Amino acid sequence: MLNRIELLQIIEHNARISVSELAVMLGCSEAEVTSELENCKKENVILGYNTMINWEKTEREPVTALIEVRITPQRNQGFDKIANQLYRYPQVSSCYLMSGGFDLMLIIEDSTMREVAGFISDKVAPLEGVLSTSTHFILKKYKSNGTLFTQKPADDREAIVL
Amino acid sequence: MDIDYQSKVSKVVNGIAPSAIRRFFDLANEMKGEVISLSIGEPDFVTPWSIREAGIFSLEDGCTHYSPNQGYIEVRKAISEYLGRRFSLKYDPKTQLLVTVGGSEALDLIARALIDPGDEVIILEPCFVAYKATVTLAHGVPVIIETKEEDNYKLTPEALEAAITDKTKYIILGYPGNPTGATMSYEDLSKIKDVLLRHPDVFVVSDELYAELSYTGKNPASIANFPELYDRTIVVNGFSKSFAMTGWRIGYMAGPAPLIAAMNKVHQYCIMSSPTTAQYAVIEACRNGDKEVEEMRSEYNRRRRVIVNGLREAGLTCFEPTGAFYAFPSIEGLGLTSEQFCERFLMEKKVAIVPGNAFGKCGEGHVRISYAASLENIQEAMKRLKEFVSELKDGSK
Repeated sequence: MLNRIELLQIIEHNARISVSELAVMLGCSEAEVTSELENCKKENVILGYNTMINWEKTEREPVTALIEVRITPQRNQGFDKIANQLYRYPQVSSCYLMSGGFDLMLIIEDSTMREVAGFISDKVAPLEGVLSTSTHFILKKYKSNGTLFTQKPADDREAIVL
Repeated sequence: MDIDYQSKVSKVVNGIAPSAIRRFFDLANEMKGEVISLSIGEPDFVTPWSIREAGIFSLEDGCTHYSPNQGYIEVRKAISEYLGRRFSLKYDPKTQLLVTVGGSEALDLIARALIDPGDEVIILEPCFVAYKATVTLAHGVPVIIETKEEDNYKLTPEALEAAITDKTKYIILGYPGNPTGATMSYEDLSKIKDVLLRHPDVFVVSDELYAELSYTGKNPASIANFPELYDRTIVVNGFSKSFAMTGWRIGYMAGPAPLIAAMNKVHQYCIMSSPTTAQYAVIEACRNGDKEVEEMRSEYNRRRRVIVNGLREAGLTCFEPTGAFYAFPSIEGLGLTSEQFCERFLMEKKVAIVPGNAFGKCGEGHVRISYAASLENIQEAMKRLKEFVSELKDGSK
């Protein structure tokens, strides 16, 4: 019997793993894995397959910005209408409704500092219903989505342990 | 002046044979770093952070002194709760638990506290290398039962009945087992129980270091779960394998209060007390470690399936391991001894595995492959094994 949660946990960390490898690991047939993956896609459980990239190791030097946005909820639509207007911008990689001192959290990745500034002043702040914004830039990534950005320590175990 | 140092070493220590794979050991050590190691009997995982942090916090807090000989009572309480919750084993933290320096110390204490010269101890080979040595060092006589692949390396009631004499002091059961990965179910143990009930003087030492690493979907049974045997069983367990805490050197034993008191006598003069930092860390392990253990177990289980599949694809027969993190395939019919096989595999394919005869004579014809290694390394090693076996088969034609 294929365990969907375990299947998802494996591919969450390694989306490139083959169906035949998954079948062996989960102790089921390739056909079962293929059909479960198809079902997950149909049900929008699997939404895509991203790659974890450490952009700091490349010649590009994009910044990551977290923008806290305070907004006035709209009649009958709550926060969704403004959220919708904001998350449609392709530079917004994540958008969350938050509890606490502000309402929306926008995460901008893969932009320059100037682009982020322009986006806030031209697009976010002037939007009707937006009360204020507060922007934080990430200085260094230690860990993201469960992946460490630092070097893995070497295997320091003895050659043979009986 | 030439001193004959060998003659100064006690007869009992001189009587312990050097490891059967001494040569291979040296070779593997030389090649460390250039090879994929599936030869290591310890988790590749680092101790879960919350457990490490508990140890660090205890140091910051100045907890750097001896603990009571038996271990801090908080630690024993945490272990007692853990054993009850996970394995339905009930032990009084005040009198029935002793915190040791790993499972190895527990095995040594048991041998020294229970054995009089000439007493026999039944040991099931292939097995962890310390069983025989601890018995020999305590002037006991190891009586070997060779467990067999066709029995899934389980102890059979017939073999046990045949091995028991009026000198038998105890039997060591090591399930889930190193190096075979075998486990014994409640039903299997029940048959062993019936034999033991006919021999009321024989005690049982149940080494359950790998108890958390069982892949049958449920926790393995302990022979101490049988009320009739509870008063004759000493359970040895620890944190090394299940919580990835090998270097902390901490384990424990649980059993009848008078025996624990006897072990504690030996322990207090040899060891004094188990490492204090490690004791603080295992309180956290017992109380909040389940989720991390579950994650490691799932990961080992996936690797287990990959390795068993890889071995069969390579054309080796391998009984399906259901516990620990080892596979123990047969290499018979390839024209090589276990040691030759491992040596050539190491030299030609740069993968280290362990010859089966390191775990007893009857381990010959097998090799131990540890899956306490990354999935990528396991997959690559299985690819090379397939090549190697097929080259051997071609060569012997």
